Amino acid sequence: MLIVLLLHAAAAVLAPVAIRYAGNRALYGLALVPAGTFGWTATQRPPVAETYPWVPHLGMDLALRMGPLSWLMLLIVSGIGAVVLAYCARYFPEGDPGLGRFAAIFLGFATAMTGLVVTDDLLVLYVFWELTTVFSYLLIGHRGEQAAGRRAAMQALVVTTAGGLAMLVGFVMLGHGAGTYRWSGIVEGPLPAGSTIAAVLILAGALSKSAIFPFSFWLPAAMAAPTPASAYLHAASMVKAGVFLLGLLGPLLARTEPWRPVALTAGVITVLLGGWNAMRQHDLKLLLAYGTVSQLGLLTIALGAGSRAAALAGTALLLAHALFKAALFLVVGIVDRIAGTRDLRELSGLGRRTPVLAVIAGLAVASMAGVPPLAGFVGKETLFAAFEHGGTTDRLVLLALVAGSALTVAYGLRFLWGAFARKPSVAPTPVSRPGFAFAAPAGLLALAGLAVGLGASWLDGVLTPYASLFPGETEHLALWHGLGLPLLLSVTVLTVGSGLFVTQLRGRPWPSRRLPAAEMVYKWLMSAVDRTAVEVTGATQRGSLPFSLGIILVVLVLFGAGTLVFVAPWPGGIRLWDTPLQLVAGAVVASAALIAARSRRRLTAMILVGVCGYGVAVMFVLHGAPDLALTQFLVETVTIVMFVLVLRRLPVRFSARPLRASRVLRTTLAVATGLVAAGMAYVAVGGRIATPISVDFAGPAVSYGGGHNIVNVALVDIRAWDTMGEISVLVVAATGVASLIFRRSGALQRRRAEQGNGHAAEQVPEPGPWLRAGDNPEARRQSIILQVVARLLFHTIVLFSIYLIFSGHNDPGGGFAGGLVAGLALTTRYLAGGRRELNAAAPVDAGLVLGAGLLTAVGTGAAALVAGGEVLQSALLDFHLPVLGHIHFATSVFFDIGVYLIVVALVLEILRSLGAELDRQHEVAARSERRAVERPREPAFAAPGDQAPGGSA
Amino acid sequence: MTPNLVYVVVIGVLFAAGVSMVLERSLTRVLMGMILLGNGVNLLILLGGKAGTPPIVGAGPEPEMADPLPQIMILTAIVITLGMTAFLLALAYRSWAMSGHDEVQDDVEDQRIMQLAERDEGSGTDDRDHHEAVR
Repeated sequence: MLIVLLLHAAAAVLAPVAIRYAGNRALYGLALVPAGTFGWTATQRPPVAETYPWVPHLGMDLALRMGPLSWLMLLIVSGIGAVVLAYCARYFPEGDPGLGRFAAIFLGFATAMTGLVVTDDLLVLYVFWELTTVFSYLLIGHRGEQAAGRRAAMQALVVTTAGGLAMLVGFVMLGHGAGTYRWSGIVEGPLPAGSTIAAVLILAGALSKSAIFPFSFWLPAAMAAPTPASAYLHAASMVKAGVFLLGLLGPLLARTEPWRPVALTAGVITVLLGGWNAMRQHDLKLLLAYGTVSQLGLLTIALGAGSRAAALAGTALLLAHALFKAALFLVVGIVDRIAGTRDLRELSGLGRRTPVLAVIAGLAVASMAGVPPLAGFVGKETLFAAFEHGGTTDRLVLLALVAGSALTVAYGLRFLWGAFARKPSVAPTPVSRPGFAFAAPAGLLALAGLAVGLGASWLDGVLTPYASLFPGETEHLALWHGLGLPLLLSVTVLTVGSGLFVTQLRGRPWPSRRLPAAEMVYKWLMSAVDRTAVEVTGATQRGSLPFSLGIILVVLVLFGAGTLVFVAPWPGGIRLWDTPLQLVAGAVVASAALIAARSRRRLTAMILVGVCGYGVAVMFVLHGAPDLALTQFLVETVTIVMFVLVLRRLPVRFSARPLRASRVLRTTLAVATGLVAAGMAYVAVGGRIATPISVDFAGPAVSYGGGHNIVNVALVDIRAWDTMGEISVLVVAATGVASLIFRRSGALQRRRAEQGNGHAAEQVPEPGPWLRAGDNPEARRQSIILQVVARLLFHTIVLFSIYLIFSGHNDPGGGFAGGLVAGLALTTRYLAGGRRELNAAAPVDAGLVLGAGLLTAVGTGAAALVAGGEVLQSALLDFHLPVLGHIHFATSVFFDIGVYLIVVALVLEILRSLGAELDRQHEVAARSERRAVERPREPAFAAPGDQAPGGSA
Repeated sequence: MTPNLVYVVVIGVLFAAGVSMVLERSLTRVLMGMILLGNGVNLLILLGGKAGTPPIVGAGPEPEMADPLPQIMILTAIVITLGMTAFLLALAYRSWAMSGHDEVQDDVEDQRIMQLAERDEGSGTDDRDHHEAVR
């Protein structure tokens, strides 16, 4: 069975390609997959079971099991699927651009449906169930450019998904109560706890899928789908999934309290409602759609009744309905194609011109109406017999069945009359005869209906194993049950139905008053959801950043303060400090932060924030965190450089101060947040009583991670995934910076360091005495001492940064610190000699370095995987080299090298973007300004970004 | 663990100063506020672990060693802050280059939804209303 599923899936994937190369003929080839499935299934004798492990953690296996009901459904799904696909080859015009997509979705749908009927695990069943929902959404909305199609698809999706979710909850309750999700296991035990509610939820899912009242409205709307898709949806899949579920779970769940009443009531209402509405339709396809609704009501009654005879009738009707409904839809498709309309008021005289088609339709309608000796008759009469002997409820149901069947006869006749009869008032419709290959699929299905009816006793033998799962009297499928109530009822139904049709034909218009429409409720609900969303979004998302942040902070303050005051246990004592030096550092940090918050000048604020950062670094040292301190110092330095580079272009002061009222509000909120944060720090630290997990880090860090510095070993070992995520963020940030700044010249041009500088004269000249880029205007502005120092120290610093990578395992350092140090080395070169010097110092594309770094890091992780370990697991290597002697290192050092490269590239990217590119844009702007001054008449043109702000650094 | 008063006060001050800067519209100021807040959070995490000698095996007696776990987390945070700062700075510059200031403006889409709410209209995402509205 797994092979069947895989073949279907493969066919779905290949379909678009096959159709592009072979055209519509490819559909015959694709139809072989479901046809083969049909053939294979026919040779099987249920039950057949296969199990493959899938998600062992959830106890979820791919358990496939084909009982008698699944066997029947698989025959229907594959058989109808094959026939409809073959029909599509003629239905769609050659070269239809949407056909490849359609075929792929159709086969995907067939895959999901096949999976749904053969799976044994309820959770897997749910997955396939929702897959059919998604594929049906795509099929119904096949013509996405039509609003009706989109709307219908959305309606079907919303209704069936809502039902499906309810069903999932029911499944979970059931599986939880029974201790297994295998249906074959659950059904053998007693009713699990909570199965009453579970049954109601599952019913909601099944009824919504099968378009049973009150969910019926989505199905008629869904006829926006192409007709072959409708045939498949109505006859073999989607809506059949709901009744299949009823039939599958019925043997156990029909014993629950609500099952029978709910199924019978909903079924009865649906039978009558569908039949009633079908009589009012003028569109043949819509007439059939309401007919399907009515027939599904019938099936719900039969399979939801939970008795042996009804179940037998239900399965027979399931098969009969699949055959005649698919045939009828295919006929409608043909009529639509040859006559150009489906409106029965415009069609006339088709019967005389296409007699074969009329016979096919007649055969199918006869089966639907329950005329002997067709399949529909066999099923319906057994159904009458099933409700023959019961109490009042059964009598009422029987009455509804008779009334519903009479309506079925009436709309069946209406269909035949509408499609094929010659109407005196309408001119004969001009038609072309359908080819053999176009009509054959419908004919095959109609004849199959006849064959099944004639082979009733064979069918009885096949279906009895399933029916005997239910309690109740034994009943048999047969063409001749003898004289009795069922036969009398069959005759009554045919008579009354014909009478109804004739009455309507004689000019009595069908009452046009609409019966209760759940669709209005749906629409009201959808628009209410939409309106509520607008109101809620409008009220909460004001679009103002300070407002949104303010709301978040107010919540933090209220909840935080409330918890602190009323709930939190306050610790007893407090220490002033660990060492008095902390007070000094703390005072510097606090005062710098406060003054920064009050400063209106950008540069002042920036320097104070920097001081604050250095102060925090000192606090790190005093706490015993040298790695943090080192990194913080370096990061703070790079940050200051970045700020200076950008702030030299921005106005000196911050923009206008906010109003006094909002200033007071802001200060209040700020103070409150500060108090709450301090309180939380106090309480949280006081509440720490458990031994930290990290006391055990020391041993493994040496023996397993191969280093003495616990922090750095952990970064590349137990928290390596985290570091991986972090360096990915850095890559994204670096790329983002570059693409924000290099806008006009194109971010790609920075690839070659020298490009984008414009003038040939700016190419690297002869190396000067100190700097590689030699004498240039930018360099001339800088101090010669800085240039000398930068040139002398550069290589030493880079060497030191590489040393830091390797020493990081045992001493403070590591990839981050090393990368930052190397970045600072580049920064000094840039500051000393401008962008040409930077390019001379690092003649590489920063993007390439970023990629190389990421590749190294990922490669290290993957190498561990290849070597048989976990991803990013490190190994210790010991070997002897001739000159260097004994070498001992951990493979995680390669990971650190990746980190190093990424950090260097980040700094390089920052210097190229915020430094060099901003310089260049400034120069271009200044030059054009000068030109504008020299030739005042000519209008000065500059992009808004090039307007030179005051002063350079 | 007994809390350390200096830390508690510094954390409170950093949060207060950070929040007051974040609540403004100038992007560079918001960024500085975020940096201050980040420092406050880092200290808060650090305070959760014991102070002591550097967590390097062999550098001191093991029981006196500072708790390495908060340090590991903070190290990641510091470097991420660097990336974020670079990005926001570029954004601030870009904003200034495009519109002449680096202020965060109100979101246009949000304002559109607010207008819909004032007019008591739906968003038209359920297709039907939209079409009727268009007609």
